[in-house]
Amino acid sequence: MEQLLANPYVPPLILTAVIILVFPLIAGYIVLAERKVLADLQVRLGPMRVGPYGVLQPLADALKLMLKEDVIPSQSDKWIFWLAPVLSTFTALSAFAVLPLSDRFFVADVNIGILFILAMSSIGALGLILGGWSANSKYSLMGSLRAAAQMVSYEVPLGFATVTAIMCAGTLSMQGVIASQLERGVWGAFDNYGLMLIPTVLFIIAGTAETNRAPFDLPEAESELVAGFHTEYSGFRWALFFLAEYAAIVVISSLCVTLFFGGWLRPFPNVAALEMPLNTAFPAALFALIALGCSKGVFRQALAGFRLVMAALTGLFLLVAAAFALPAANELMIGLFWFGFKLAVMVYMFIWYRGTFPRFRYDQLMDVGWKWLIPISMFGLILNGVVQLFARG
Amino acid sequence: MSLDTVLFYVLAALVLGSAVMTITRRNVVHAAVWLISALVGVAGLFLLRGAEFLAGVQVIVYIGGIMVLFLFVIMLVPVHEESTQRRFSNQKWPATVAAVALFLWVAFIAVNGVSMLDHPGMAEPLGPGSLSENSEAVGLVLFSQYLLPFELASILLLVAIIGAIVMSKTRSRETES
Repeated sequence: MEQLLANPYVPPLILTAVIILVFPLIAGYIVLAERKVLADLQVRLGPMRVGPYGVLQPLADALKLMLKEDVIPSQSDKWIFWLAPVLSTFTALSAFAVLPLSDRFFVADVNIGILFILAMSSIGALGLILGGWSANSKYSLMGSLRAAAQMVSYEVPLGFATVTAIMCAGTLSMQGVIASQLERGVWGAFDNYGLMLIPTVLFIIAGTAETNRAPFDLPEAESELVAGFHTEYSGFRWALFFLAEYAAIVVISSLCVTLFFGGWLRPFPNVAALEMPLNTAFPAALFALIALGCSKGVFRQALAGFRLVMAALTGLFLLVAAAFALPAANELMIGLFWFGFKLAVMVYMFIWYRGTFPRFRYDQLMDVGWKWLIPISMFGLILNGVVQLFARG
Repeated sequence: MSLDTVLFYVLAALVLGSAVMTITRRNVVHAAVWLISALVGVAGLFLLRGAEFLAGVQVIVYIGGIMVLFLFVIMLVPVHEESTQRRFSNQKWPATVAAVALFLWVAFIAVNGVSMLDHPGMAEPLGPGSLSENSEAVGLVLFSQYLLPFELASILLLVAIIGAIVMSKTRSRETES
């Protein structure tokens, strides 16, 4: 076992397999969280039927999608119709290869990590375009035209914001970016006397547009285009597009967390006095609180089976809380915890926008992209460059 | 054979096969997809030679930028009309002469070795050993030794952009009047 793990190829392969197997489940629960949060914002309950408070809904949805009939339109381009969802999912999951999940959990730390993620996201755009074109339907074609125009436009401010962060960190490696933030003792977002906040905000806006999320979800605006580029897709192929969309959200959020919010570092990584409260007490208390919430459900649910599920969840979260109190387990998991926590905040924000902002009109979308975001991002790049050259010690 | 050699032949076959498919497909979108596959193969070859920065830029610029725009335009063309039209232009003989000349030139270099391309003052080639500072090395050479060609290229691109804007502007004024 020890010998096997010492082989340089084995741990990355194991981690890759784990990511590919676990990510669909995580995506399912992000969808559930999205439905629950949106329901809460709109004063509804959201899914409540499958399992207590709907906690088993993702499993039911996955089963339904797998069993659905796989329709291929007779007038479609079969090859491209088949290729498009595969391309989208493949590239979105490939980008996980360079994400620094923690100081010890990462598949690869290559010197072009950030370029690799941008490259994968730009190939992923092809999946959307080809998928919409191959279906031979007007709604799909309109959806993919919008997707292509939008992704090309917003790649520019996203690129400028990323370049500013790279300039600040001085490396293209994802772990290197985090190491430089540890060394400078400040998160990327607050570096250069707070001027890095400009690219941070621009990155979040352009990232939302790049992943085609509301308020920039014009490629799939249901009030105008039915479902946009994936109108003609159903069943498992549609599920692949869905998976790719959520994978892209997680990848963009991870990139944002890594470049601007310290990745797997805890807040204030250089203040030794905060080691205990932030690295042990906070995660343990957080999971204990979640367990407490679940334990209330044990008494409120009417069905015996639902009570059992809630009891099991209570036990699970208590176990996680206890694990964070153990030094050995804590040391293993703490990087993963902080990365996951920051990621969860980012994903929550993505859901929050969707519930809050109305969708842009197409001309407004192009105005915001070309007339506001790109000039501001260029200005931010030059400003940060000047400050870094003259004022930074 | 080492793993590198095997990978080289696999990628070379991918590039050449995709390139042949690109020019033989009647459906333009299929041709574009095969061209993307060829470009991915070239990025793989760059990666194999340790030019990781070039590989990343190849994918971002050619596939993420140029091919997306290609597809954007192709999608607006009715494919069925295109595929019934004549595939080869009238300039068959000049094209053949040019292709044969290019092949002979490349073959000549391949036989004599790449060292014949050396000229005094050329930057040192980056071997696979210098993997860790690849991006930095490319940036340094580009902004010191090759600064003038680099700036000339950017002026050329600027001219092209202005030209494109001027052309699209005049056309819209004609349609208005």
